[in-house]
Amino acid sequence: MGATWVYAEVTPEGLHPSALELLTKARSLGGDVAAVALGPGATATAAELGEHGAATVYASDDQVFVDQPGRPAAHTLKALIDQHAPALLLLPGTYEGRDVAGCLQALTGSTLMANATDVSGPDRARTEIFGGTKIVDVDLAGPEPKLVLVRPKSFPAEPSGGTATVVPIEAVVPPGPVATVIERHAEAASGPKLEEAIVVVAGGRGLGGPEPFAMLDELAAAIGGAAVGASRAAVDAGWVPYAYQVGQTGKTVKPEVYIAAGISGALQHVVGMKGAKRIVAINKDVDAPILKIADLGVVGDLFQIVPALTEEVRRRASS
Amino acid sequence: MNVSVLAKFVPNPTGTPQLGPDNLLIRDAGDGALDPGDEYGLELALQLVEAGGGEVTVVSMGPEEALAGIQRGLAMGAHKGVLISDPALRGADALITARVLAAALGRQTADLMIAGVESTDGYTGTMPATIAELLGVASITAVRKLEPDGEGFRVERQTESGYDVLRAPSPALITVTAGATEPRYPSLKGIMAAKSKPVERLSAADLGVTDLMSTQTVSSVTDAPAKAGGEVVSGDDAVARIVDLLEEAKVI
Repeated sequence: MGATWVYAEVTPEGLHPSALELLTKARSLGGDVAAVALGPGATATAAELGEHGAATVYASDDQVFVDQPGRPAAHTLKALIDQHAPALLLLPGTYEGRDVAGCLQALTGSTLMANATDVSGPDRARTEIFGGTKIVDVDLAGPEPKLVLVRPKSFPAEPSGGTATVVPIEAVVPPGPVATVIERHAEAASGPKLEEAIVVVAGGRGLGGPEPFAMLDELAAAIGGAAVGASRAAVDAGWVPYAYQVGQTGKTVKPEVYIAAGISGALQHVVGMKGAKRIVAINKDVDAPILKIADLGVVGDLFQIVPALTEEVRRRASS
Repeated sequence: MNVSVLAKFVPNPTGTPQLGPDNLLIRDAGDGALDPGDEYGLELALQLVEAGGGEVTVVSMGPEEALAGIQRGLAMGAHKGVLISDPALRGADALITARVLAAALGRQTADLMIAGVESTDGYTGTMPATIAELLGVASITAVRKLEPDGEGFRVERQTESGYDVLRAPSPALITVTAGATEPRYPSLKGIMAAKSKPVERLSAADLGVTDLMSTQTVSSVTDAPAKAGGEVVSGDDAVARIVDLLEEAKVI
């Protein structure tokens, strides 16, 4: 088969973990594998990309890729595609991946499959719909490369021990009107990263406001190695920042234990956490959909249960 | 300032939608509504026009039932609607839909075009960027705040770690996050007034989009292995049970 390319997202913190997951998958498809890494720090990611199966890394450290979200990356990819004609391009289902893929589709006229959970080649990909209750295989047609946005954490990242040839490239900055970043604001985060924590304690609409999240912070601290997350309802209400959001439009987590407090279990949310090894749900509503996917459902008042749980975790930890 | 708002009519936004025998989503089951994710952008559009003058146009592609979604927008205060309803567009993929919507938006003279970050039924989240590129206008996704600024806009865009501030020229196409605004409820007066507001109806051919060959075909739909429902407990020993589970998982 033709070559499979991976769009390796480069963030201010380094390589987005999805790049290594996508390369591991790309390797298994059988063709040549290359990665495209764009933005400050891109060239420095080549070693890691090579270790995970990229034989070639096309890289540019140009600042324009962060100053102008999406468009220069899509145009740079288009120039590379015209030159090398890959059969398949895998991108991460992140905000950036979506922007790049959406813009690129206008340039290539190729098919674009979003929310893929598996890929079996340039002509077929798999997705899950209705909160993961149905598995759908989709045949892809039209001009190459097929564009497939893959949900993060769909595959494990496994090194193959290879080395990549780095090909420096020039950014393609198209003429035309453009939006430019003039300021950046990062919200301080503490504790383990949500995607990497072994336990996630998440709160939803049932918390009723921002203050009760302190209760979840305490539980997370008592457990140790735990991160606090939230449903979209809690984020939309402005109780916690977007960085907390678990779900379709937020982060995908696969911890050992996921504790959902006051979260009803909308499909939006379930998609981001159903891969947890064990799910505990605390909800006052016996009919809440989250109880149907929980290994342990607790029906009751979270304002009593969570502090009591924190107390009991501390007691057993010290005994 | 004139604002065009893309609005999608989605089946059963709060429940589980259904697939038909042809593996396409059943879009006319009678339980559809304007995508709740589109109301935030509609509200932003209405606020901008109320402050600075101009008109809000609601643009939608969908089955005949999608008229109800446009009417919801008109009842909230939008001035006119455009409905692209065409049996030939049933099952249209993202690229065809983007071409149709880009052509429809191209007929308007909007200073700003607004869409939701993603639909509640498909969650694709790529179409606005495709449309912007087809139209040759600036695009900013995941916007949580927008203010007119000279000839263009000052925009706050949600990021993984916080937010960025961008300057965008006009016209621009943005997607608005849920929670960016607090959508108003249509008043009774608004609902009555909506009935006499103009809604233009177009087909794919009217918009000059003739290549309607979908590039995606569903080859199979299977039920995911059902997760066995666990145990549901309540009362005094609930806390102890959770801690037991944490110990079994070796996380404490």
